[in-house]
Amino acid sequence: MDKNLVTAERRKERLDRGIKARTERLYAIQSWREVSYLIAPRASLIIGLLILPLILPGLYWQRVLALAGVYALLAISFDFLAERVGLVCIGGAFMIGVGGYISGSLNYYLKLPVLLTMPIGTLGGALICTLLWLPCLPLRGIYFAVVTFMFPFLTSSIILAGNLFEGTEGLSPIAGFPNIWIGVYLMIVVLLLSIFGLRRLCGEDIGVVFAGVKDNDQSVFACGINVTRVKVYALYIASVIGCFAGAFVAHFSGFVGVSLFAVDFSIMPISACIMGGPGTLAGPALGALILAPLSELLRGFGQLRVVLYCLVLVGFILFKPEGLLNWASRKYHQIEHWVRV
Amino acid sequence: MKEQKETMLRVSNLSKSFGGVKALHDVSFDLLKGEVLGVIGPNGSGKTTLVNAITGFVKPESGEVFFKEMRLTRLPPYKIADLGVARTFQVVRPFLSLRSFKNLIVPLWSPRARRFAGSRGGDRDAVAIDLLEEVGFERDAYVPYKFASALPLGYLKRLELARCLALRPEVIICDEVFSGLSMSEIASIVPLIERLRMRGVTLMMIEHRLRELFSVADKVIVLSFGEKLAEGEPEQVMQDEKVKRAYLGEEIKW
Repeated sequence: MDKNLVTAERRKERLDRGIKARTERLYAIQSWREVSYLIAPRASLIIGLLILPLILPGLYWQRVLALAGVYALLAISFDFLAERVGLVCIGGAFMIGVGGYISGSLNYYLKLPVLLTMPIGTLGGALICTLLWLPCLPLRGIYFAVVTFMFPFLTSSIILAGNLFEGTEGLSPIAGFPNIWIGVYLMIVVLLLSIFGLRRLCGEDIGVVFAGVKDNDQSVFACGINVTRVKVYALYIASVIGCFAGAFVAHFSGFVGVSLFAVDFSIMPISACIMGGPGTLAGPALGALILAPLSELLRGFGQLRVVLYCLVLVGFILFKPEGLLNWASRKYHQIEHWVRV
Repeated sequence: MKEQKETMLRVSNLSKSFGGVKALHDVSFDLLKGEVLGVIGPNGSGKTTLVNAITGFVKPESGEVFFKEMRLTRLPPYKIADLGVARTFQVVRPFLSLRSFKNLIVPLWSPRARRFAGSRGGDRDAVAIDLLEEVGFERDAYVPYKFASALPLGYLKRLELARCLALRPEVIICDEVFSGLSMSEIASIVPLIERLRMRGVTLMMIEHRLRELFSVADKVIVLSFGEKLAEGEPEQVMQDEKVKRAYLGEEIKW
C-alpha cells in the first residue's frame, strides 16, 4: 500500500519507451532491439495463437477454442463497427444465424461441399445482413443498436412459426470438417487475418472516413460523401466476419437450428470488447478468448456461473474501463519508476 | 451584353418555418460568379437556416434554389456538396479524434475531390498538408499533425475552410467564420478570403463582424425575422432606414 502512496519525497515518473524519432507513418529504426520491440507484441499474438491448439489437452478444449474463436470474430466485428465507424450493432446472433442457415441448408438440401457452402454463406449472408439492416442505417447510437438486437428474435420466430428449415428440429447432419485440426486452424487463420486486416483497413483513407463518420456524420455529408454508403461498406465488412463465424459454427457442430440466433452471440461480444479494450480490435478477440473458456470452466457452478461472469464484467467496467489491451500497451510503451523529489 | 456574369446561385422565394416561427419567408437573391455576397442580420433572423436550406441540411417548405440552372432543392446535402457548393459550419464540426491533416482526408476521399485529383490521388496526406499550409497551419511548428481536439478555435475555423477547399468548390458558403475569434485571428483569415476571391471562387458570407465583412463583400443582403429587408452595396444598405431599425430598434418619441 505504501508503495502506491505519492508522498512529498517520492513520485512516480513515467517515461516513453517508444522509438524516439517517429511521425505518423515513419519510424526511424536504429537497432535490432527496436525492431524486436515493434514486432514482439504482434509476433507473440500470431505465434501464441498458432501453437495454442498444439498445447491444449485433448479434443474437448480444442472444440472450446474453436467456439471461443467464433465469439472472438463477433467481438472484432462488434468492435470495428462500434469503435471505428460509430455503429453500435448488437446483432451478432443475426450474422451467425444467417451465415449458418445459408451455409448449412446449402449443404443439407443441395449437398454442396463445405468448400463451396462456407464462402457462399459468408459473402451471401453478409449481403443479406447488410440489405436487411440498410433501412436502419440512418439511425444512430442506441436506436440502431435496438433495431439490430431485435432481428435475431424476429428471424427465429419466423422460422419457428412458419416451420421453415425443419423448424424446431433444425437441419442435421451437416457435413463437418475432415478433422478437428482443419477446423481449429481455419478459425485461427481467419481470426488473425481479420485482426490484422481490419487494423490495416482502419489506417487507410477509407478507415479515416469511417472515423469521420463516427466523429461527426454531418461534417462527412458536407464533404460530399454519402454517409449511408460508407456505413454500408463498413457493415458489409463486419457482416462478412460475423457470417463466416456463423457458417463455421454450422459446419463445426454439424447442426443448424434456431439456437444459432441465441442471444449469447449478441451479448458476449460486448462483454469481450469491454474486457479486452474497446477500439483495439485485437483486444476484444483476446477478451473473447478468455471469456468463452472461462464460462466453459465455470459450467460446473450451474447458475452461479452467470454471477461470477457478471462480477468479472462489473469489475472491469469499474476498475479497468480501458480494457486489458489498452492497459497492456500503455505498460509496454512506458517505463515507470520512482524518483526522489 | 456578352459581359454579363453567370449566375452561380439563384434563390427564389425560399420559405421555411419551425413550428410557428417563420425562419425564412420569401427570400430571393442571385449570386453572380466571382462575387462575394455578405448576409447580415440580427440574431435569430434566419441566416443559418438560409445556409442550411441552400445546402440541403434543412428542407425548405417552398421556393427553389438553383446552382447554374441545376435545381438544388430536395437534393441531399452530399449531392449538393458534390456539385460544388461547399459550406462551413458556424459551430465548427471537426473530426476531433483525428489529426488535423487526417481531417482533410475525408473531403479528399469524396467522389468530387477524386475526380479532380487524377494522378496525384494516391498521396492524399501530402495534398492535405499543402492545403492546411495554405490556410495558415504552420508546417514547421507541426500544427497540421496536431489532433483537432487540441486546436484553438481560430485554427478550427480555418480547418472548416480547408475542408471546403479540399472539394475544389465553385461556391463556398461561410457561416460566421469570424465569430468567436480575436482581432488577430480575424486578421489572419481576411487575406485568405481575399485570395479565394482572386481565384474566382464565389463566396457567400454570413457574418456579424460588419467591418471585416464590408472590406471583402461586393453586395450585402440584410435579413430580419426571416425576411429580406434590403439588398445592395454595403454602404448603401447601412444607410437604409429599415436596416437601422432592425438593428437598433425604433426611435423612441417622447
